[in-house]
Amino acid sequence: MFDIDKWQEIWSTIKKNKLRTFLTGFAVAWGIFMLMVLLGAGNGLNNGVSSNFENNARNAMWIWSRKTSMPYAGLQSGRRIRFTIDDYESIKKIKKIDKISARYWIGTRTYSFRNEYGDYNTQSCHPDYKDIDKFDITQGRFLNDIDLQYRRKVIVIGEDIRKALFKHVDPIGQILKVGNMPFKVIGVYNEKDPREGTRQGLIPITTAQILYSAGNRIHSLTLTTVDVKKRESERIEKEIRNLLAKNHKFNPDDQRAIGIYNSLKDYIQTMSIFQAIKMFIWLIGIGTLVAGIVGVSNIMLIVVKERTKEIGVRKALGASPGSIVSLVLLESILITAIAGYIGMFLGISVMEGVNFVMEQQTQAQVGASGDQGEFRMFMNPTVDLRIAISAMLLLVTAGALAGYFPAKKAASVKPIEALRDE
Amino acid sequence: MIRLNNIHKSYVTGSNSLHVLKGIDLEIEEGEFVSIMGSSGSGKSTLLNILGILDTHDEGSYYLNGTLIQNMSEKKAARLRNELLGFVFQSFNLISFKNAMENVALPLYYQGVSRKKRNQIALEYLDKVGLREWAEHLPNEMSGGQKQRVAIARSLISKPKIIFADEPTGALDTSTSYEVMDLLKSINEEGITMILVTHEHDIAAMTHKIIRLKDGRIGKIIKNGDLQSFQEQYAKTTTTV
Repeated sequence: MFDIDKWQEIWSTIKKNKLRTFLTGFAVAWGIFMLMVLLGAGNGLNNGVSSNFENNARNAMWIWSRKTSMPYAGLQSGRRIRFTIDDYESIKKIKKIDKISARYWIGTRTYSFRNEYGDYNTQSCHPDYKDIDKFDITQGRFLNDIDLQYRRKVIVIGEDIRKALFKHVDPIGQILKVGNMPFKVIGVYNEKDPREGTRQGLIPITTAQILYSAGNRIHSLTLTTVDVKKRESERIEKEIRNLLAKNHKFNPDDQRAIGIYNSLKDYIQTMSIFQAIKMFIWLIGIGTLVAGIVGVSNIMLIVVKERTKEIGVRKALGASPGSIVSLVLLESILITAIAGYIGMFLGISVMEGVNFVMEQQTQAQVGASGDQGEFRMFMNPTVDLRIAISAMLLLVTAGALAGYFPAKKAASVKPIEALRDE
Repeated sequence: MIRLNNIHKSYVTGSNSLHVLKGIDLEIEEGEFVSIMGSSGSGKSTLLNILGILDTHDEGSYYLNGTLIQNMSEKKAARLRNELLGFVFQSFNLISFKNAMENVALPLYYQGVSRKKRNQIALEYLDKVGLREWAEHLPNEMSGGQKQRVAIARSLISKPKIIFADEPTGALDTSTSYEVMDLLKSINEEGITMILVTHEHDIAAMTHKIIRLKDGRIGKIIKNGDLQSFQEQYAKTTTTV
């Protein structure tokens, strides 16, 4: 089936009709090329957007207080809700809550170290906050329970503050003045998402309660759940809302009394859009491919017609129908496979090239402004090798299919009719 | 060798049916040199095709070398053709992108002979027809007579028992036709049955037996006596002109 003669035959027929073979192959190559580019672009979008989700916990909820919009239990609407540390304690007990932190803002103060100073924000929180906001600790450590228990005057500063005030000095262990208050620096943090900024210092919430007269007030709550599905996540959200409604005496159906942002919902919605886009891309890709295959089939039919006489002679000399079929089929598969491979290679090269250029640009941006770059829309637009290989297999099958009917036709022709074909 | 009994063949085109062969009874012995003659439409090419298992018959029986040819699968028919029969056509029918040697070797390829071996044998046969030096040439580099000789070498290479020739001299000039007929004659003398279709009287006269077809039936069967004397007669007439 795969002897040298067959290949020689195919090669000489192809050589005889270089232009025609090229044009046929082109349609297929183009189809695959488009498929690779589209898939790569789709992946790029997917990767870019989902990477932004990585900067925060996927299943995080952010809860803040607002004003009631419905009267309830004798109380009027328009009443401002104020969270307390008790809310933190009671929500903490809800099942399937993983990490939870309350937050209380101190506001802008002047931070100073030796001769350097600047105005920065201070926020107080619980140790769990690190895992919810998902920032990196680049030096030292984050706040822990002991810090909170002893209401220590410790602070974790953002990378921007470190660069501005400490420059080449190791900040860990140094005394930083926040306003007039001395704090010991125990850690430095950095955010992956450049939008979030690192121009703030974080202190234990219990310290803030005493030092800044926070009392038992808190400004907002943030938490993550254990790995749950969307429905479960919504149930937890409802439970939290009901609990807060009970604590603060507002109507649990009042959507405006408190605000809850559930990042899981967001994530799932976005991802399902991308699934849809991916399916759409495959559809288009396959459609283009089908057009290419039809082209190959068309050409093979013409080839068979052209070679009818030759086929007749071969049959007269003793060629079995199988031998004729394999001749046509092999040529069809060969053209499709080679063209497909070229298209795939070009498509992947282009996407890798785009990736390379984009990385260069991002590097340049970082180098120039010291900024991590902007919100990523497009990242790593490359195609999985497995996808590429399965596309190739698809092609070979398609080539076989395209050649099958012309081949069958060729084989079934009676030699005497073939020889008559003047 | 060949036995035909009441062979009928019709061609169906659209709603019309053309009854070409209307009951052929024929017997051809091994080693005979037979020609089939008839005007256009008499069915001579059809008869040749049925004899060569290139076409099927509608009615009657056909015994080839003792085997009944009936409802044969294409695969079986191909193998039988390959082993028993050789073909020579009016328009040579060489494969244009193969050189002379490869063309001659083609029947052996379908017998499964290895490349080296079949090319070697092909060269031998090219030598027999006097075209050894043209082995690497393509068909379009050769004259009509040369192409026909290549075709004849091709028909011989599988050591067939019968060779069918459909107007082998039709596209050749007189002297070349002559050479080709000489070649066919020498092949026949080695014991291979030769069946020729022609409409030229002088060519037919060079064979042992002439079967005349008229309107799909066998009209006359003329036994030819002396080939040699006719040749001389013919040669005389051409030189005088």
